[in-house]
Amino acid sequence: MLDYATLKIIWWGLVGVLLVGFAIMDGHDMGVGTLLPFVGKTDVERRVVINTVGPHWDGNQVWFITGGGAIFAAWPFVYATAFSGFYWAMLAVLWALFFRPVGFDYRSKLDNPTWRTAWDWGLFVGGFVPPLIFGVAFGNLFLGVPFHFDSHLVSFYEGSFWALLNPFALLCGVVSSAMITAHGAIYLVHRTEDAVQARAARALNISVLVALLGFSAAGVWLALGIDGYVISSAVNGNALPDPLAKTVVRETGAWLANYQRWPLAMLLPLLGYAGLIGAVLLARVGRSFAGFWASALGLAGIIGTAGISLFPFIMPSSSHLASSLTVWDSTSSHMTLGLMLAVALVFVPIILLYTRWAYAVMAGKVTAAYVRENSHSTY
Amino acid sequence: MIDNVVDLSRLQFAATAMYHFLFVPLTLGMVWLLVIMETVWVMTGKQVYQDMTKFWGKLFGINFALGVTTGITMEFQFGTNWAYYSHYVGDIFGAPLAIEGLMAFFLESTMIGLFFFGWDRLSRKQHLLVTVLLAVGSNLSALWILIANGWMQNPIGAEFNYHTMRMEMTDFWAVLFNPVAQAKFVHTVSAGYVTGAMFVLSISSWYLLRGRDVEFAKKSFRIAAAFGFASVCSVIVLGDESGYSVGESQQTKLAAMEAMWHTEPAPAAFNVIAWPNEAEMKNDWAIEVPWVMGLIGTRSVSKEIPGIHEIMAANRARIVSGQQAVVALDALRINRGDTAAQAQLKAHQADLGFGLLLKKYTDDVAQATPAMIAAAARDTIPKVAPMFWSFRIMVALGVAMLGLFGWALWSSVRGSFAANRRLLKLALYCLPLPWLACEVGWFVAEYGRQPWTIYGVLPTRLSVSTLSEASLYGSLAGFVGFYTVLLCAEMYLMVRFARQGPGSLGTGRYANEAPAH
Repeated sequence: MLDYATLKIIWWGLVGVLLVGFAIMDGHDMGVGTLLPFVGKTDVERRVVINTVGPHWDGNQVWFITGGGAIFAAWPFVYATAFSGFYWAMLAVLWALFFRPVGFDYRSKLDNPTWRTAWDWGLFVGGFVPPLIFGVAFGNLFLGVPFHFDSHLVSFYEGSFWALLNPFALLCGVVSSAMITAHGAIYLVHRTEDAVQARAARALNISVLVALLGFSAAGVWLALGIDGYVISSAVNGNALPDPLAKTVVRETGAWLANYQRWPLAMLLPLLGYAGLIGAVLLARVGRSFAGFWASALGLAGIIGTAGISLFPFIMPSSSHLASSLTVWDSTSSHMTLGLMLAVALVFVPIILLYTRWAYAVMAGKVTAAYVRENSHSTY
Repeated sequence: MIDNVVDLSRLQFAATAMYHFLFVPLTLGMVWLLVIMETVWVMTGKQVYQDMTKFWGKLFGINFALGVTTGITMEFQFGTNWAYYSHYVGDIFGAPLAIEGLMAFFLESTMIGLFFFGWDRLSRKQHLLVTVLLAVGSNLSALWILIANGWMQNPIGAEFNYHTMRMEMTDFWAVLFNPVAQAKFVHTVSAGYVTGAMFVLSISSWYLLRGRDVEFAKKSFRIAAAFGFASVCSVIVLGDESGYSVGESQQTKLAAMEAMWHTEPAPAAFNVIAWPNEAEMKNDWAIEVPWVMGLIGTRSVSKEIPGIHEIMAANRARIVSGQQAVVALDALRINRGDTAAQAQLKAHQADLGFGLLLKKYTDDVAQATPAMIAAAARDTIPKVAPMFWSFRIMVALGVAMLGLFGWALWSSVRGSFAANRRLLKLALYCLPLPWLACEVGWFVAEYGRQPWTIYGVLPTRLSVSTLSEASLYGSLAGFVGFYTVLLCAEMYLMVRFARQGPGSLGTGRYANEAPAH
């Protein structure tokens, strides 16, 4: 069996994989939801847009659910502290997500324009709000979150919901929202035609521009204006997780220290730029499928950049530095990490296989004619 | 007046879980009816069976959407509202939830897309495979959720670790094959099958009463009657009761729902009806049937079932022992190397949870008075009257449905049901019964676990997040308001499409053909 320290690192990577999987899979249908009211002008156009993800959004959403479950199982400290601390932000995500299952399934079941328009905006909220809030939450991780543990490891959050909405975090929210919108846009370019496709291509250009400008600005801000966190006591990766057993200090520029330690990590931000720009260029030459995967790599690069910059921190505490949660002291037991790794190694490939099959079955452009001919069975 | 975070958190969890459980049982059951209908279509090639799969599938989808919506909440609410619980038992409890996602929910959610959109793109056999995988996925999902829930009732395969201040897994196979979880799974999915069968039976009866879409309705009725009868037998015979002889928590629950105040010589009598008196801890009166309780509860004539007073006395001793564990733990949290405290904790660790019950009465557990210990022991018994009556309502509903499905199956074998208006009307009016039974059954199982979230390990009071009451009021109102609006939309669509019937498919073969939209 792998030693505890190695498993802790592997699980940091696996949570990252699930997060990137969520961004790629659920991200594209959330991007589609965000764009729905803008790229679809008529009812048929909107149904075209909705039906590009109609058969898939539900499976994709499980990346989110499973991500939550995996954090519960592998990082129970983070699950408990982040979800209760970010209480209203989490509820906003949940309540926004409520609009999706019902929005997709109920919207076209009644032939009433008010009903349909209402659900269209519901789908917009369900697609737009979650990535925005995740971005804002990530931004707050860089700043540190005001929480502490007592001696029995009960966590106390000391901030307010409004304090989460600070300028840097909002900038991260914009990056997250724009990159997910871009990802939805390139998917729509691939799966639609004519007017909808042309509008999606325009949305792709704009959102990539916004995402990369924001990403660059956040990087500069991080280098110059935000103190990072550093573990100042000796680290024993094999020790039993105890967030209170270490000491932590804040240092200017510490969030970029990992790029000096591991220069290869620079590939991640570069992948972020290359992927998103690649998506725009490939879309322009009509290679939208390759463009989708370029965009997916771009998302992996941007999320990876955030992860590697924070490493080994997961959720630093700004009010009681020692309470900060790191890769070393947030995990579940050695046995549970090993067990869950085995389960993930068996099932993730199976999931990828049948997901691929589902997309293959539904492949091809969604057209206005298809929606009209199947008006009783499509969304 | 509910005025504290613990009660508000419980209320919110109960409200969101009970909303969720309005939709889950129908999904669990109906999906197998879809499998049966589609199998008949693939085997016989008769068009009506494909139409049945599509039409009942449409109603299934309307229900499924809200099942998914309300289900997302369940996955995240442990973290948002039960943070200390999540920390304290996440090492064990998180695993089945994550496995549920990876093994079951992905499968179910991917296949449901192909179920609705794949009719023209898949061969008949491929589509049937999709429907079967949808059914397997949704039922496996229930299995993992109930393994997690079963562990709350009977926490085996885990041990407390004072270094990490939490329970940690020691034996995954014990968690997996927890007998309480297995019994719960069989009972719960069977209840779901009954719900699915009742839904199809009732709506089919309504078409038959109106004399429309008769062939379609007759075939649906027959399948529902047979499936429903088998399922209701399974619910009753393989009821939760088989699990009650196992764990201690289940014994407490059993004693409470039977209002068994004292241990009786085996085999115990069954209180058909009684009037539990909480204050004096006895029944004011009872109508008993000798032997029956012992037989149901232990499957033997010689094993005793402990009564409430005896359980309380045993728990009192465990609280006294647990007090020592809490004192030792507090010392260890300050100095991990305190060997005397290590030894003391080790000796009393099994009762740590019982010691934690004293925190309701004092922060300094070492100084707890005998009165506090007695009060804590009294707390280990859930309120008897709600348990007693809920259980009886559930059983009565089960028996009523056994009668209905028995009659429906008998008539459908004889071929006389389509003209039997009394049967059809009864089937129509019985539509709400399985939902009532499911909700009441859920109440018995979970209310009966109080005062614990994890029986004997973690008191409910200590499990909550450190949130403000204002936050809880806000979120509770938000959930109830949001869910109620969504439920109205769901019911509206459900009634509308059920009324319209298979004509909503737009095939041209049925009454009430839908205009294109």
